[in-house]
Amino acid sequence: MLEVFVFATLNGLVTGLLLFMLASGLTLIFSMMGVLNFAHASFYMLGAYFAYSISLKTGFWVGLIFAPLLVGVLGALVERYGLRRVHRSGHVAELVFTFGLAFLIDEAVQFFWGADTKNYRSPDILDFPLFTMFGQEFPAYRGFMIGISVMIFIALYYVLTKSRVGIIIQAAITHPNTVANLGHNVPLIFMGVFGVGTALAGLAGVIAGPVLTTFPGMALVLGSIVFVIVVIGGLGSLPGALIASLLVGLLQSYAIASDVGMPELLELIGVSFDRNHPLNDLWTLSLPQIAPILPYLLLVLVLIFRPAGLLGKREE
Amino acid sequence: METLKAIAKKSPIWIAYLAALLGLPLVFDSILAISIFNQMAIGIVFALSYNMLLGQGGMLSFGHAVYFGLGGFLAVHTLILIEFETVYFSIIFIPVIGGVIGLLAAIFIGSFSTRKAGTVFAMISLGIGELIAASSLIFSDFFGGEAGISGDRTYGPTFFGVDFTQNDQIYYVAAIWVFIATLFMYLFTQTPAGRMANAVRDNPERAQFIGYSSRRIRFISFCASGLFAGIAGGLFALNYEFITEENLNAATSGRVLLMAYIGGLGYFIGPIIGAVVLTLMNSLLSNYTELWMLYLGIMFLLTVIYLPRGFAGFIMMHQVAWINNRIKSLGVPYLLIGLPSLVLLAGIIAMVEMSDHEGEAFYYFGFKLNPESFVTWAVVLVISLSAYAGVRAALPQLKQAWESANAVPDSEDPKS
Repeated sequence: MLEVFVFATLNGLVTGLLLFMLASGLTLIFSMMGVLNFAHASFYMLGAYFAYSISLKTGFWVGLIFAPLLVGVLGALVERYGLRRVHRSGHVAELVFTFGLAFLIDEAVQFFWGADTKNYRSPDILDFPLFTMFGQEFPAYRGFMIGISVMIFIALYYVLTKSRVGIIIQAAITHPNTVANLGHNVPLIFMGVFGVGTALAGLAGVIAGPVLTTFPGMALVLGSIVFVIVVIGGLGSLPGALIASLLVGLLQSYAIASDVGMPELLELIGVSFDRNHPLNDLWTLSLPQIAPILPYLLLVLVLIFRPAGLLGKREE
Repeated sequence: METLKAIAKKSPIWIAYLAALLGLPLVFDSILAISIFNQMAIGIVFALSYNMLLGQGGMLSFGHAVYFGLGGFLAVHTLILIEFETVYFSIIFIPVIGGVIGLLAAIFIGSFSTRKAGTVFAMISLGIGELIAASSLIFSDFFGGEAGISGDRTYGPTFFGVDFTQNDQIYYVAAIWVFIATLFMYLFTQTPAGRMANAVRDNPERAQFIGYSSRRIRFISFCASGLFAGIAGGLFALNYEFITEENLNAATSGRVLLMAYIGGLGYFIGPIIGAVVLTLMNSLLSNYTELWMLYLGIMFLLTVIYLPRGFAGFIMMHQVAWINNRIKSLGVPYLLIGLPSLVLLAGIIAMVEMSDHEGEAFYYFGFKLNPESFVTWAVVLVISLSAYAGVRAALPQLKQAWESANAVPDSEDPKS
């Protein structure tokens, strides 16, 4: 039992931190421009594909550095030439634009790389068990994923709260006009934040690609969950996004690892149902089976009972 | 009385609409055409119901397929019930079942999701959409898992001797339903609830101040929208006789958003245009190229950037020029910019297709294009670049013509 728990926790941590890498960029972009970037997970997918193509030529480590940079530049261009134009037509148009962009990137990826799964592999250097516990191995690459995520989190936190750039960004979030009056180029800051946010998503793609497989549906798999996290954590709240990421990552991981379900529950209260009961599906439901919908369930509950999210500010 | 008069004044448009719906299969009577018309019928009702939400009520939904899909699933289940003679009525009333289910689902979900508009509403709709799509795969007895469920529309009593074995018979049923649904959705916009939906969309606070509960108004629009989405789902079930999980997941929700947006939000006719254009693209373009989804995505993004009010908005932009009787002066500039634009478009598409056909030559507008030949690439590139230059050269003239066509005449006072 304990071994299942330990490994579920570790895997949940890996997923949670990965989700946070996406969610942090999304949250930053949202608090800056008030736009939920629907295409965020598509940039994550682009990261994985860029890194795959680069790794074919030069190996994993070059891709780790250049793929996120490429994605970031692409993100900045999208902001400059797409989003900024659409901004005039209002928030709905912006949301719809990013939605269309997600659609387009999905199609473009299939155009350039094809619809099949790519054999994007983790580097051989990290191909050893980090430690063995209860006879089960924990791959070093997963440890590396945790390490990178934590490093990014610390760097982000440091830049945003301690550095001069971070202070200007924070000021531009709350008082864009004042910051502009002080002589800072606010549109440039917006573009930069959008670029950095998408680059973070790209980095998440680079390190997640080998583990979660690199295929054209990978944006779809993670995309809506990242949204769920940002909303559960409270729109625009970075600590909230961290808590929600870990929450969702661990929740899913525990649900998948567990082996309880309705049959066990019903047995506990002494009720049993015939196999031919019309609601047979309901009576045989198990926790691993409903693991994929748990985040959405959590989202709906949070939105009903605490619409501002866990750490979000209450709307006036 | 005033509204009735206004409606009566528009009755020629409605008669023309009905005539167009019923007359189309007489003009184009191939099997392909009939199947496209059926898809259009479904799309029109679905997109109009979406526009009730987003265009008129200001609620951006990413889970509208839920009501469409649930209506469709129940409709197929009803077809199965009719087949086993548990219930006995003509299948032309199936869309009613779909509508009722859509309405019930909307009443339940709307009771908590319409509290707020904006991002909160969008996120709840996304969450619920994903929740129901994922649940539908879990409860495979009812939803049939990945394969979906199927029925047969030829059982049950015949309707005045029609047994619905042919697609064109179903089309007339669908056409009548489309007409009824369109008419009622239009009438809804004229009711106080429909008018207040616009008010709440534009400024919920003011609506509250004059004594309306903006939540209640949103709830009413939401329920009406669910009802018509369910009817569209019922039409889908009648046409295809099967339905799968795909019809209530995010892909379908996204498609309806595309239809309504490309057509033009905020104009009643917009979603109809969008449904027609997208269905045509979907069925015709997919015959010619595997990349049609890519083109669709590009078209969608360009629409959002350059035509934020959609195709309908583009047509309505010419209202001033039309009233000023200067629409003719735009003809030549449009032609001058339209022709090079089309050539440019054809050139870009040729280049995209050439990069996709790995080394195989193919025919394109009667020309044989060989992706491996340098000359072909050079020719296409030169044609495209000169077309681009032509567009750039024609742009100032169009701008000037546009400004003079839309200028308010200063000699006479415009009567308002």
